[in-house]
Amino acid sequence: MFEKVIIHNTIPERGASSEGNFYEPKAEQIGPGMNERIQQLRKLSVETEPSLSIERALHETEFYRENFGKLSVPVLRAANFYDHCARKTIYLGEGELIVGERGPRPKCVPTFPELTCHSVEDLNVLNTRELQRYTISEEDIETYRTTVIPFWAGKTQRERIFAHVPESWRLAYEAGMFTEFMEQRAPGHTALDGKIYQRGMLDFKAEIAGLLASIDYLNDPEATDKAEEWKAMEISCDAVILFAERHAELAERMAEELGVAISNCDEDETVIENRGTRRTELLRIAEVCRRVPSHAPRNLWEAIQMYWFVHLGTITELNGWDAMNPGHFDQHLAPFYEKELAEVTLTREQAKELISCFWIKVNNHPAPPKVGITARESGTYNDFTNINIGGIRRDGSDGTSELSYLLLEVAEELHILQPGFSVHIGKQTPDAFLMAAMRVIRQGHGYPSVFNPDVYVAELVRQGKSLEDAHEGGCSGCIEVGAFGKEAYLLTGYLNVPKILEVTLNNGINPVTGIPVGLQTGDPRTFQTYEELYDAFLKQLHYVVDLKMRVSNYIDRMFAKYAPAPFLSVVIDDCVTRGRDYYDGGPRYNTSYIQCCGLGTTTDSLAALKHHVFEAQRFPMDRVLNAVLHNFEGEEVLRQTIMNRTPFFGNDDDFADSIAVQVYNDLVDAIDGKPNIKPGGKYHLNMLSTTCHVYFGKVMGATPNGRLSGKSISDGTSPSHGADTHGPSAVMKSLTKFDHTRSGGTLLNQRFLPSLLKKEEDRVKLGQLIRSYFTLGGHHVQFNIVDTATLLAAQACPSDYKDLMVRMAGYSDYFNDMNADLQREVIERTENSGL
Amino acid sequence: MIKSEEGLLFDLKRYAIHDGPGIRIVVFLKGCNLNCAWCHNPEGIEAGPERMYAPARCIGCGTCVSACPNGALTLTPAGIVTDESLCELCGTCAAVCPTKAIEMSGTLQTLEQLMFEIGKERTFFEQSGGGVTFSGGEPLLHPDFLVRLLDECRSRGFHTAVDTAGLVSTEILLEVARHTDLFLYDLKLMDSERHRRWTGAPNEKILANLQALAATGAKIQIRIPLVGGVNDDEENILQTARFLATLPGEKPVVNLLPYHMIAQTKYEKLGRGADFQKLEEPDPEKVRRALEIFGENGLEAEVGG
Repeated sequence: MFEKVIIHNTIPERGASSEGNFYEPKAEQIGPGMNERIQQLRKLSVETEPSLSIERALHETEFYRENFGKLSVPVLRAANFYDHCARKTIYLGEGELIVGERGPRPKCVPTFPELTCHSVEDLNVLNTRELQRYTISEEDIETYRTTVIPFWAGKTQRERIFAHVPESWRLAYEAGMFTEFMEQRAPGHTALDGKIYQRGMLDFKAEIAGLLASIDYLNDPEATDKAEEWKAMEISCDAVILFAERHAELAERMAEELGVAISNCDEDETVIENRGTRRTELLRIAEVCRRVPSHAPRNLWEAIQMYWFVHLGTITELNGWDAMNPGHFDQHLAPFYEKELAEVTLTREQAKELISCFWIKVNNHPAPPKVGITARESGTYNDFTNINIGGIRRDGSDGTSELSYLLLEVAEELHILQPGFSVHIGKQTPDAFLMAAMRVIRQGHGYPSVFNPDVYVAELVRQGKSLEDAHEGGCSGCIEVGAFGKEAYLLTGYLNVPKILEVTLNNGINPVTGIPVGLQTGDPRTFQTYEELYDAFLKQLHYVVDLKMRVSNYIDRMFAKYAPAPFLSVVIDDCVTRGRDYYDGGPRYNTSYIQCCGLGTTTDSLAALKHHVFEAQRFPMDRVLNAVLHNFEGEEVLRQTIMNRTPFFGNDDDFADSIAVQVYNDLVDAIDGKPNIKPGGKYHLNMLSTTCHVYFGKVMGATPNGRLSGKSISDGTSPSHGADTHGPSAVMKSLTKFDHTRSGGTLLNQRFLPSLLKKEEDRVKLGQLIRSYFTLGGHHVQFNIVDTATLLAAQACPSDYKDLMVRMAGYSDYFNDMNADLQREVIERTENSGL
Repeated sequence: MIKSEEGLLFDLKRYAIHDGPGIRIVVFLKGCNLNCAWCHNPEGIEAGPERMYAPARCIGCGTCVSACPNGALTLTPAGIVTDESLCELCGTCAAVCPTKAIEMSGTLQTLEQLMFEIGKERTFFEQSGGGVTFSGGEPLLHPDFLVRLLDECRSRGFHTAVDTAGLVSTEILLEVARHTDLFLYDLKLMDSERHRRWTGAPNEKILANLQALAATGAKIQIRIPLVGGVNDDEENILQTARFLATLPGEKPVVNLLPYHMIAQTKYEKLGRGADFQKLEEPDPEKVRRALEIFGENGLEAEVGG
């Protein structure tokens, strides 16, 4: 997902005096529809610096201290969640219509010590580092040191995992051959279907009560486990209901206070009128919060608030990767919107305001920061909520509606980091919607990414989903697909495919450290044919994949045993009917994904060896390997020859592309269909890299494609940087020579200069380019509309480009928040210049 | 001697979106009978292969010097120097240069090779109503090869366009027209003397050909490279507009292509840096006025193409 975009401006600057000195957005900086309320909420969301709250950790530590051992684990988890919902600080901000925060206030993030406990050093780093700082007071750090840290020492998930892993795994992990997602956060990747718009928590509870009543302790060996899980689900439903009620109470209290203020004052009429309006709103908020999530929503406001409470519940209960995602939000909201428009109880502008309030809520929730090395190094923390717009309905018909256009409009106007959003352009999707998306893409924000539902439905069906469940599926996080509301599709970690080749070329040794980390597959200098080399690579690949799966399976089990998620389980089919947790095979479908990085780098390296060593025999293997080992020092002629005279992936050239197809198919064979430890669960692969290709490049020496030591490897399924010289159509042809439906998502980033999108006609042609790619079988494409001068200027003078947003590989971030390596990466991307 | 089944190409551009309808591939055939001062494809003028050298890419490794069979190359502190009297344009140096600092402009391609490359873009043509644009140089200087290509494209259902400056025999032009869906017809200057001064040839034939072509009912788009101080004056624009307005048949769309100087490095690579004339970009006000004039004469005109 190296996709990117640049946004000019829109982060309001705070005036010199904050007192009453509100930001006045220029007319061109905000959409015509962004009213004053939305401007204020947006301003607060954008300007507030992320901070850490220790409230959840304190509640949890106290709760575990008192209750650990007294309750079954699922009930302990649910009761812990209930306890926190009962005690946590409730926030209801000025002007808000949609309410609820995970922490005590916007941008304030809790910690999850049961998974991984921040050390004092972690907290200090987070508080002081340059990028993505999370502020925390000295006092809180001290409380953490004395209260939280000692209790959790040795008891966290992360410690359980690292205490278990075999030495061979540790060596490969430390060499950077793969990453492990679940050592920092819970497995996640969850998107919802439409059930919460049909049924409230009381309905779920009634179903659960019925199941509990009919439990068969005589014959069902799982009866006790099921009973504990169901009890836990009931408690977690109550927790969310209580959380909502506390908002209703607070809203009523605030309304009452406003009422008193109105009757007691003699200020001017506008002030009184405004207070009156707000009082009415607060009472409406109270009404909404008493209705949902207990009951199914009746109107758009309740529907959005319903989702938001469920979202907050899942991300407060546990800290899952990629948080939570409403899935096909336009399809879910459309019936409410259409009904209310028909009944004239809502206007389009009111609908837009409510949706905008929701959008800002998501932006208020940066991801909880990680611990250890990554606290210092990683600079990107968003929660990858990816709202799917357009696409296909469960019955297979076109999913676009007026709401699709409205969501696009909101996203474009608000121009904020989160939530991410994507457009889903199938054969049935009208051109009008594609063109609406083009206009947003033209803005250069990197949003939206573009997906092909016809292909991902086929991917899901191939993985074993029913056609209806596949239609209802989509993409969450970055590019990975799942059956929304019915599947646990956990990302287990990235696989560094070029590193596997590097280790193969060194007969099992990691050349960067000299430590043996892989199989001894033979000295390549003795290989007589390219096939011998490739076979050695394959052996190494299978060895590494097996290592990774062994540990991922173990970790998976640790979550099922120690950190189940009963609330999340309520909203994912068929956890309730099965009486099994989301992490324990409860969902209808259970996928473990391995994300394979560096197809371009691997292909080009193999192409270079095949072409120059084995076929043209221009350079002997020994010379190439020595050159690579010494980072091409003194071998610039060799390096330049390889870089300029090798057919590389991304040019619609069959020599290179056939290698890519072979590598891709062999990755599929190594991973796809292998059982995970859940009933019917399987491993699949996807070709996502997010920013991991930068880390993977850092742990590697030079590669035979001419890439220098430490430089990024290629991202997703995009060609290596600069390797594609024949334009986007050639890239798309290369990428569709392998079958995307064998994966759970591929990723193509294309960078365009603004000159290629200047005119309406140009945008029409870009739309046609996308349609062509999708006709050929492409899964995803993203466009970054940038110019190099802008990026260089931004590097030279970051303070002038604070709001420069770069969308990379499925996520967006502010250019200034990226480290120098990532910035360089963005600049190096091939420009599809139209000149 | 080039057979009709082969042509000398100096470029093949995929995802071309400003050279006719839809997404296109542009085939650049080498050789031109004009010599326009503003030419941005100077490597397309010579009919034979040429050697291009980019000193900025040269790492001074000397690989080409030892590879040259004629000893024509010398490595100097300023880069590679060629003794033109010894160079036979055999292309050995370009084939061995590790950085592609030396490249040959002009590769001979057979009909089959070229159709294979063009065919790679089929899906993009089909999704966009695009196709193939033959440009140059002057593609009409290779009429046999061009007609064969046009027929091959048609038989595959690809839309065809020919980008020409029109300085060929009327017979050839009209013959090619029978095989072509769209002409992109360049017009530079209406005054023949000025035309000769800036392009090396008078324009009577070009204008007569355009009239003859229009009379056949061929679909035509007019392309005018607009160069500051050369042809952006109101008088020239007015004459052009009046001429176009009186053409028989459907009124052609006019594309104004403002001059840019990005071709400068190409001249340097060809060793013809001295030939490069830095001309002026047209004044935006004059571009606006030109659009107005075409509009007043009932012609649809836009900037870019």
